[in-house]
Amino acid sequence: METGILAYGAYIPRRRLARKSVADANAWFNPALKGQAKAERSMCNWDEDAVTMAVEAARDCLTGLSRDQIRAVQLASTSFPFEDRLNSGIVAQALNLGAEISSLDVGSSQRAATAGLAAALEGAGGQTLFLASEKRRTKAGSTLEMTSGDGAAAMLIGTGKVVAKFIGAHSRTVDFVDHYRGQGFAYDYVWEERWIRDEGYAKIVPATLAGLFKKTGIEAGSIAHFCMPCTLGKVAASVAKKAGIPEGAVRDNLHAVCGETGTAHSLLMLADALAAAKPGERILVVGFGQGCDALLFEATADLQRLPQRMGVRGYLARRREETNYNRFLAFNDLITLERGMRAELDKQTALSTLYRKRDMILGLVGGRCEKCGTLQFPKSNVCVNPDCNAFHTQIDHPFAETSGKVNSHTADQLTYSPDPPTIFGMVQFDAGGRLMTDFTDVDISEVSVGLKMRMVFRIKDYDSQRGFTRYFWKATPAGAAKEA
Amino acid sequence: MATGIRDKVAILGMGCSKFGERWDKEADDLMVEAFEEAIKDAGIEKNQIQAAWLATAIEEMHVGKSGIPLAQALRLPFIPVTRVENYCASGTEAFRGAVYAVASGACDFALALGVEKLKDAGYGGLPQRSRGVLNSMFWPNLSAPGSFAQLAAAYVAKHGCNASDLKQAMAHVSVKSHDNGNRNPKAHLQNKITVDTVMNAPMVAAPLGLFDCCGVSDGSACAIVTTPEIAKSLGKKDIISVKALQLAVSNGVEAQHNSWDGSYFPTTRIASKRAYEEAGIKNPREQISLIEVHDCFSVTELVTMEDLHISPEGGAIKDVLDGFYDADGRIPCQIDGGLKCFGHPIGASGLRMIYEMYLQLLGRAGPRQRKQPPTFGLTHNLGGFPFQNVSSISIVGRYGA
Repeated sequence: METGILAYGAYIPRRRLARKSVADANAWFNPALKGQAKAERSMCNWDEDAVTMAVEAARDCLTGLSRDQIRAVQLASTSFPFEDRLNSGIVAQALNLGAEISSLDVGSSQRAATAGLAAALEGAGGQTLFLASEKRRTKAGSTLEMTSGDGAAAMLIGTGKVVAKFIGAHSRTVDFVDHYRGQGFAYDYVWEERWIRDEGYAKIVPATLAGLFKKTGIEAGSIAHFCMPCTLGKVAASVAKKAGIPEGAVRDNLHAVCGETGTAHSLLMLADALAAAKPGERILVVGFGQGCDALLFEATADLQRLPQRMGVRGYLARRREETNYNRFLAFNDLITLERGMRAELDKQTALSTLYRKRDMILGLVGGRCEKCGTLQFPKSNVCVNPDCNAFHTQIDHPFAETSGKVNSHTADQLTYSPDPPTIFGMVQFDAGGRLMTDFTDVDISEVSVGLKMRMVFRIKDYDSQRGFTRYFWKATPAGAAKEA
Repeated sequence: MATGIRDKVAILGMGCSKFGERWDKEADDLMVEAFEEAIKDAGIEKNQIQAAWLATAIEEMHVGKSGIPLAQALRLPFIPVTRVENYCASGTEAFRGAVYAVASGACDFALALGVEKLKDAGYGGLPQRSRGVLNSMFWPNLSAPGSFAQLAAAYVAKHGCNASDLKQAMAHVSVKSHDNGNRNPKAHLQNKITVDTVMNAPMVAAPLGLFDCCGVSDGSACAIVTTPEIAKSLGKKDIISVKALQLAVSNGVEAQHNSWDGSYFPTTRIASKRAYEEAGIKNPREQISLIEVHDCFSVTELVTMEDLHISPEGGAIKDVLDGFYDADGRIPCQIDGGLKCFGHPIGASGLRMIYEMYLQLLGRAGPRQRKQPPTFGLTHNLGGFPFQNVSSISIVGRYGA
């Protein structure tokens, strides 16, 4: 039985910030930004973070597949919404994976994703859902703000019908501090780029690759896809050349369309490569940060049998340009916006209630009446069907993967929203059941009665007094996903 | 076998404060203002009142919980005082409590008083408040206009009508209420407006613009009730009696079962049907003289015309535009200006509507008095949201009619 990748998935937020809008706003202070004012980067909607993106990437990865065999969920990020609450545990609950699984958060380095993935592959017993997700906080007008993007990737790891066989991995650990973020600090502190390029990438990555090739006995010239994130110009190409990897194998780092999604980016590039790879092609993935990880895979014939998924290109096609830099600043709490008195409502979450209702709130689990078959949300003691009204007949019914249609809708300018108007309405699920719910990633002009919707896991509210992120599900147009 | 409330209880006296932005008044000032008018009208002593019901909906903004605020404001002599809250139907609920108390024979005189002091929120519109611990975890962060606006999308989808025709009829609803408010010195808004004002107003929650929404007001209204026999013994000649009091409360069908299309209020349809039966009314379109409905938003009033079984289903736009509900139409709706212009101090609103019916039935409504003597007046409150609400109907009329 071979070990490797059983399925892959990706997620990139719908909004793309035009880098020109960043430069236009900040070049008065830092004229050098003008040189970077090209193309666009992905940016989270106000209701997205590393956890919600991980859930979407995981759902993409699990398209058409059973979740029954998953025994572990691991999430790599350096931008976890919670410092002390298992972030992968939230993802596991949102995916309704049940309590009989292990969960692990991996962090503290841009190399967290590749290091974690290599460890998961080397120790693979049952199936592991390995996720990497990043929403880096960056200072206004910084180079990082220009080069970063938000996104997530997912790899289902295990043995059996792998779509990419794991050949081997090699790592080097070097305390090379190109940037760091100390405890209690919101933003990274970055050293000179030329030093990072010459003493960092140019020396540490080739040494790691040499070790990998030696360990695996694989020829560098046989690599078809070289996935190496780096925001500095031409570094991946020069590393490839030094290592003997064909020039044509160096994959697009998605700088023009997405930006670098932090620790998730190696896996995002891997997901992109898997969507393009042919059976037998070798894929090399590099992660850099206080050393280097290199992972080698070989695509199999099963890759073409994987049910169709959105992947990197699908989500890139689901795009809405953002040219209002002020909105980016507000979403990322980089300016003090007058949010009005309606924003002052106390958003304390009763943790005991949340625990009792975790299947309902985090998993979107409702009820199905075993007597009359009526689907309903929330699950309750008494069936809502007026012709039934039976007591204690409902069993769990998950709604997250069911599609629905808009029944009624509005765009509410009065109530508080971080991105007004609040667009919401009644969504009626095709199989039965309905929910008055927030809509997200939607323009009011596209909403009409009958519009097809799918559910997505998002931030419901943020309790700024206590630092608690409250999650729930929202509806978004299903068409955007289908067209892509 | 229950026989209903018809003609068992008479309204002995009513009062209503000026509604509006009463910056210089506390809730107890407003209660006293409404009560002094009612007690004088009733012609009894305060200490003859044997039980009282207080309606407030957003008590955390002003008086706080319990019946104590009413007992203290009026120095009631240690009688039972019950505070009721049932969203925007709270005022009608207080009235129901007092009427049932008299009908049961438990007391001869009972008081129902509603009050709301909303203009201390610091901003326009209803105050933002918690929906409850679990609801806050999954409900949209909706405003009142946001939830009611959805009637429009669903109504257009159901009847296949033109959204602009609906908006035109909604505008007529608001223009009509401003015309009526203009003739009411107690109304919060007394200015006339035009259809253009409504159509060009800033959007609050599509398709509801600023002039499709009622105001938020401070105010109080109250009723003193007794039996028709006692009213007669006190020398009252024109006796106004209660014909029906009905309430229908959503049980989750609209919010959770796919049988509801979002374009109407099942609760109002059920409550009004029961009320007509209780009042002995066979054909409401022919028999009802006047209506005051819960026009929190223009679209609410419009669809309610159908839910009251007065306009045919899908026919409200035509009736509204034909002037059927205008002050000089067949059945005037909001002849006092409605929530739209009289104002909407939540706990007081149901009692304010009954107050207007009482004045009209007694011929005391001044410049807005209906010429044809009314026989039956219907009031309607709708508390909550289209997808889950409390709908109350009261019918009052001439005793014996």
